[in-house]
Amino acid sequence: MSDLNSAMTERYHNSFLKEVEANVEEGEWVKMCMQCGVCAGSCPLGNAWEHTPQKLFMMIRAGKREAVLSSDAMWMCTSCYNCIARCPRGLPITHIMHGLAHYAKRLGLVPKNQPTAQFSQIFWDNLMKKGRVNELKLGLAIYFKDGFGQGIKNALANKQLGQNMMKAKRMNAMEFFGGHSIKDTGGLQKMIKKAQEIEDAKIQGNS
Amino acid sequence: MTEVIATNQTILVVGGGISGLTAALEAAETGKQVVLVEKRPYVGGRVTQLYKYFPKLCFPTCGLEINQRRAKMNPNLTILTMAEVTDIQGDAGNYTASVKISPRYVNDNCTGCGDCARAVSAEFDDEFNYGLGKRKGAYLPHRMAHPQRYVIDPAILGTDEAEKAKTACKVNAVDLEMQEETVSFKAGAVVWATGWQPYDANKIQPYGYDRFQNVVTNVEFERMADPNGPTGGKILRPSDGEVAKNIAFIQCAGSRDKNHLLHCSRICCMATLKQTHYVQEALGDEGKSTIYYIDIRAIDRFEDFYQAVRENPNVSFIKSKVASITQNKENSNPVLNGVDTEGYHRYANEHDLVVLAVGMQPSVDKASFPVDIVINEEGFIEPATENGGIFAAGCSSDALDVNRAVQQATGAALRAIQVVNRVAGTEG
Repeated sequence: MSDLNSAMTERYHNSFLKEVEANVEEGEWVKMCMQCGVCAGSCPLGNAWEHTPQKLFMMIRAGKREAVLSSDAMWMCTSCYNCIARCPRGLPITHIMHGLAHYAKRLGLVPKNQPTAQFSQIFWDNLMKKGRVNELKLGLAIYFKDGFGQGIKNALANKQLGQNMMKAKRMNAMEFFGGHSIKDTGGLQKMIKKAQEIEDAKIQGNS
Repeated sequence: MTEVIATNQTILVVGGGISGLTAALEAAETGKQVVLVEKRPYVGGRVTQLYKYFPKLCFPTCGLEINQRRAKMNPNLTILTMAEVTDIQGDAGNYTASVKISPRYVNDNCTGCGDCARAVSAEFDDEFNYGLGKRKGAYLPHRMAHPQRYVIDPAILGTDEAEKAKTACKVNAVDLEMQEETVSFKAGAVVWATGWQPYDANKIQPYGYDRFQNVVTNVEFERMADPNGPTGGKILRPSDGEVAKNIAFIQCAGSRDKNHLLHCSRICCMATLKQTHYVQEALGDEGKSTIYYIDIRAIDRFEDFYQAVRENPNVSFIKSKVASITQNKENSNPVLNGVDTEGYHRYANEHDLVVLAVGMQPSVDKASFPVDIVINEEGFIEPATENGGIFAAGCSSDALDVNRAVQQATGAALRAIQVVNRVAGTEG
């Protein structure tokens, strides 16, 4: 258990709803859910997850902290916004799902090998290096995330796609060596670092 | 030419549904002069289109008959039908109202014999039955319409049909030369009782009211259950005319929803519970009702009614707001899709017929309201001092059932009486 996770458990024991309200983006909306179920029924991928938004919100109120934060469900959201459009109470459900995912990540409770979480991390690391996404490296990093052998298999399976992208000048093989960047990468990194400190201070203050 | 005798001690009642009729009668029976303006060709409003009332399951025609008798007997009450208020000028105690009266093409010689309707063959969608049936081009809107006078549809004017109606009339009641007219008269106070309309089910896109024939609204279902209605009281599927045995009711169809109506319409839960009785009455144990709901709001003494329906083994309850309706293409059965709240089970339930318990939308249009009026975010008139001598009655003020609308209308009548009494006091 991470330190932050222990601290949060200690501080909010028995009131996971309060913890969510204070720390999860748009979390203060959770209590407004009236459990009508329209989000669950409208979600195009709803039958593929263990926990629909409706169920997650009820679990939050029931204090099922571990089950919620280690759930796979909020990582599966594709941001189609069907739930937001349909919610009779106007809950920003998509944003709450992302907020929960973000908070779980912060606490180190993301299920192991969760593909969306892995992709997000790879994307972020890639972006932070140069201030621009290096698509070639991003693609390779994803192909090879499960080891060298699997990486070769993935790359061969998508060979045609890669060639077509190069032909259409959507991807450049030279990007493999360094790659293009923004003017002041160091400045961007500093900016993000500062933002991170502010966020961390805020959430530490809640712990 | 219609003549209206009125002073600034007269009370104008706008809307002749159960609330307006009640307010008008209560005020007239205290001795006040009252002018009642009704848009339809008859009074009674939407109550006339109900098969039965909850919770007693008695017939609205019964109370309506009493009210119509009160109206006929009272010399203080003037009723203008097919009439709409187009303008109101002035202040409390001194208003001038303009009223547009559409031609009925039938004068008060009419005995209600129906010869004109028999002579005419042109047919139109019957508004009284929400378009589920047809009516003639010369028609009595419904069997106990008050005033008991036929109406000629303006669509047949200038055709042989209109002449046929005129020729058929033995009492010289058909007057095809009748013109639209505008009258204006004084009033000291106004009771605004324009009521409600069923929320437009077409706006609830995922329920497919516009696409699936076997998805109907609760107000249409009232007409289907009524033995005097378009199906003779048989609950038939619009797609194939087969008897619907497995019927789903969807609650909060448009109510309690920020995308539609913000408010709880209050009547729909009880209306649906009542309509399960219609299913039981029409089909016995063969008729199955399933109610999809968020919460059942059966307040006060209605709880007993709810519990009795709960005990009926032919009625089941599923706690879930239905997410969408699709259609089984083979048999046109609607399929209800969603997730229930008691166990989070995903379902795709097929039914013969779906009844949408649509909510009450106030018939108060702020944009075209003749004077400045305070209207709340739900569209109802607020009881505000800024409204001067204009008082909302019934469903212009809130989503109310008949019982509460009538009580509220009586209160509105009293406030109007207080204004005209003040006028009488100053004028000596």
